[in-house]
Formats: sequence, structure tokens, C-alpha cells
Amino acid sequence: MSTTTGTQAAPTQGFGGVQARSEAALNAPRIAIRSLDFFYGDNRALKAIDFDIPDRQVSGMIGPSGCGKSTLLRVLNRMYSLYPGQRATGEAMLDGMNIVAPDCDLNALRAKVGMVFQKPTPFPMTIYENIAFGVRLHEKMPKAQMDERVEWALARAAIWGEVKDRLDTSALGLSGGQQQRLCIARTIAVRPEVILFDEPTSALDPISTLKIEELIDELKRDFTIVIVTHNMQQAARCADQVAFFYLGELIEVAPAAQMFTAPRHAKTQEYITGRFG
Amino acid sequence: MSLSLAAGVVPGPRKDPAVAAALGRRRKRADAVIRLLCVAATLIGLVFLASILITLTTRGFEAMSLRVFTHTTAAPGSDGGLLNAIVGSLIQALLGTAIGTPIGILAGTYLAEYSQGSKFGNAVRFVSDILLSAPSILVGLFVYQILVLPFGGFSGWAGAVALAIIVIPVVIRTTEDMLQLIPNTLREAVIALGSPKWKMVVLVCWKAAMAGIITGVLLAVARVAGETAPLLFTSLGNNAWSTDLARPMASLPVTIYSFASSPFEDWIALAWAGALLITLGVLAINILARTLLRVSK
Repeated sequence: MSTTTGTQAAPTQGFGGVQARSEAALNAPRIAIRSLDFFYGDNRALKAIDFDIPDRQVSGMIGPSGCGKSTLLRVLNRMYSLYPGQRATGEAMLDGMNIVAPDCDLNALRAKVGMVFQKPTPFPMTIYENIAFGVRLHEKMPKAQMDERVEWALARAAIWGEVKDRLDTSALGLSGGQQQRLCIARTIAVRPEVILFDEPTSALDPISTLKIEELIDELKRDFTIVIVTHNMQQAARCADQVAFFYLGELIEVAPAAQMFTAPRHAKTQEYITGRFG
Repeated sequence: MSLSLAAGVVPGPRKDPAVAAALGRRRKRADAVIRLLCVAATLIGLVFLASILITLTTRGFEAMSLRVFTHTTAAPGSDGGLLNAIVGSLIQALLGTAIGTPIGILAGTYLAEYSQGSKFGNAVRFVSDILLSAPSILVGLFVYQILVLPFGGFSGWAGAVALAIIVIPVVIRTTEDMLQLIPNTLREAVIALGSPKWKMVVLVCWKAAMAGIITGVLLAVARVAGETAPLLFTSLGNNAWSTDLARPMASLPVTIYSFASSPFEDWIALAWAGALLITLGVLAINILARTLLRVSK
């Protein structure tokens, strides 16, 4: 196991000017991944991954394009099962259940493990219905309670103030940044345990990006968060633990402060300082 | 050779202004010729279209009167109208659409959301595309064989079924095309919430594709509104007022067909009126479909 816990590196200037903010010790793992392999047809895209995702903290996954970080994210909610020819072997244990096992209840798994995508994906319906949609998939409740849930989710996603007077209008009319927060609210509303973020800000402007990052920081009090990002600064700002992937292998995983000041592997150091990728 | 290239000397003779001017003139002449051909071809097409439309509207409006909408078809010289044909056309076109639309939408949804490149899916798509361009008289003969002969005669039902068979491939194609336009990330977002696939299709994908699908249905209605051949062998036509689907039923295209080829002046005039009605109806449906698509964007 490559995770190092309790390393308290000072948040000094790190490699390539990247500065890690979090100094938190890592919590007990929420998801434990062991010897996980992933295949697109015959192409082995993930190789023997061992990775612990700490409870109610942010795990950042970095690496050059095609390194397997998004693939791993899509394993955690079995998104790959939509596509024939994609399969995973090994273990990814969440609450005593193996996510990649064939008998895993996918709808229940996805209620536990929510996902926010790279591009905002509002459904073609009203703002209110966008939030209620996911809730109705898993719970039955009277209208008044649903109203409360919708307000709660939108408030947690820091968008309630902007949309409370237009809940009955189409979600497609929101700006990109608002749509992305709506998608976060929709994910939260189902009350998952884990939230996966797949480059959630790469389609957004800097101000919307900042809002989403602040939101992620706030959400980790209640949710375990995994975020894939191409942006080193973002990983440093948001993550408690950072994992570096390269060519389908997990090269190094460490608390963010350590990763960005004293990476152990030469490859990690080269990537962080921008020598490739 | 390679030395002079390396030195940056351009190969070939020196630039001659006279040659350049001659080449420019040639280019302009070629441009003028091509432009003339394009314009001429466009004009030829427009002339035919305009002459059809002008003849249709002048002769159609000459024959148009309230009587057309209040009287049924009658013997030559006895002041008939087109009421039974108009109503018969509406009934058969709407019923045909009502039968064909659900089949078309569900089959199109199967192709876009479920078949995932399976051999069966590809076969269905291929057959549907052939049906889309099959001569409509084949559809008429087919329904004549399976409904008219076994069930004792021509009927409105047979006409509606024939039109439904024409509606189905149109709706299949537009439904599949419109669903294909939906980005996969939207589907993944629905699935990521823990939704079963059928809810993804029914509650999100159909909703996202609705304007396009409705447009396809409207265009199918416009298509069958003018079909003659499938009705000749199925609902046959009826000179009396009848809304009984079990009996032969009048329709505008068949009435136009038989009236226009008759020697009687007033029947020929009614045929023009009917042709104008169909054209205006199809025009209205097309405008509606275009507006719908634009509004939804």
C-alpha cells in the first residue's frame, strides 16, 4: 500500500510553483481498491491498482491524458457497465460490497456514489424537476418534503439564492457555472456517500471554477470526494490526498502537501513541474 | 537543382505580368460560364415550380367555393363538393398517423437506445430505409392482399393501415436521428443518479428529442396527406357521405385522380380545388414543423 498517513509537510512553495493547502491527516478509507485491472476490449487501461480513498476528504487524481484516472473514476460508479466490451477485475470495496462484482446492484450503487461530469448536464426540464428527478428514483415523499429537499440540495450547492425565484423555469436557461452547480445539487439531493467529480471545472470560467472549488471544500464535511483534474493548482487547492497516474499505473499517492513538495518518484516530479503531460 | 532550392530561388520562369493577366482573364471567363450555368439551371427549376404553383392556385381558387366544403361529391353537373373526400382524407391520415406513430417512435427508440450496433438492429434500420423509399403502390397492393381480400372488400381501415405503413419508416428515421443527436454525457448523467434505463429513455431522452420527433410525425402526416396509390387499392373512394371505417371511404387524392381524368368540366374544376387544398394543408404542416424546430432551439 502506497498511502502514507500523517505526514505533516509544511505548505511551502512546492514543485513548479504549486502550493498545497491541505495539511490534514488522512482519514480511514471509505473505498479500498485492491489489484484492480480495467480493460477496454483487450486493452488493459488500469494495471493492478491499489488505492485507498479516505472518508470525508478529497482525493485528487492527476496524470497526463490517457493515464487511466477518468477510467478509475468510472469504475467507482460502474459507469463503464453501459458499454459492452469494458470490464474490470479485482476489488473496490465500499461498505463491505465489491463495486466491480457482477452481482452488485448498480442502481443502489449509483445512489451511494454520485457523479458530476466535465460538461454540465442539465436535464431538459425545470430546475425543480432536475433536482427532484434523482430523489424520486430512490425515495417516495410528499410534496412538502420534496420542496424542502430541493431547497436543501440547491442551498448546499450554493445556487439556491440565484434560482429560488425561477424554480419552474427550464434548467437549460442557466449559465454554464450555474448549470454545473445545479448538477452538483442534483447529485447531493440523492444523498450519496461518495461524489465523483470528472474534471468538473474544465468547461467553466475562472470565477465559476473558484465557486465550485469552494463548494467541494465545503462538501467534504459530509461527503467523500474523488476528483479528476488536469489542473495541478486545482489538485493542490482542493485535495487532501493526491494520486498520480501514468500509463494505467498508480505511480504515487500521498497527502497533497507531501506530493507537491517532496514527491518520491522522478516521474511525479517531472509531471508536477510541467516537464511532460 | 537542390542547391538553388536551398538558396531560396523559385524554380520556373520569372513572373511575367502579361502571363498573369492572361491567366486572370481566363479565370474570369471560366467563372462567368459556371455562374451562368448555375443560374440557368436554377431558373429552369424555378420556372417549372412557379408554373405549377400559378396554374394550381389560379385554377384552384377559380373552383373554390363554400360548396366545396358543404357538399359531397356528386354526379357531373349536379353541383357536388368535396366534403366526403376532405373528411375521409382527414380520418385516414390521422388514423394512419395514430397507428404508425407509436410503432415508429418505439422502433426508432430501439434502434437508437437499445440495438447498439447489433445485427438485428442493423437489419431493421436497413429494411426501414428501404420501406422509406419504396414505391407507395407496393404498400397499397400489400394491404390489398392482407386486409382487403381476406376481409371482404375495400374499407377505410385498410386505407388507414396502408398510410400507417408509410408513416412508420419516416417516424423511425427521425426518431432515431433525433435521439442520436443527444450527447452521451446526458445519458450517463441520468444513469449516474441510479436511474434504470427505461426511465432514462422515457423521462429524459424522449423529452430532449421531443420537438424533433414531433416534427418528424408532422412531416409524415404531410407525406401521407397526398398519397394516392396506397388508397386506390384499399379505401377505393366513395361518392356518398360515409365515416364508417368498415366501408369504402373517399379521400382527396383518389377523388382528384378520378375527377381529373374525367371528361366533365365541373369535376375537373373540383379536382383543382382539391389539389389546392392538399397543397395548402401540406404547406401549413411544413411551416408548423419548421416553427416548432426553431422555437425548440
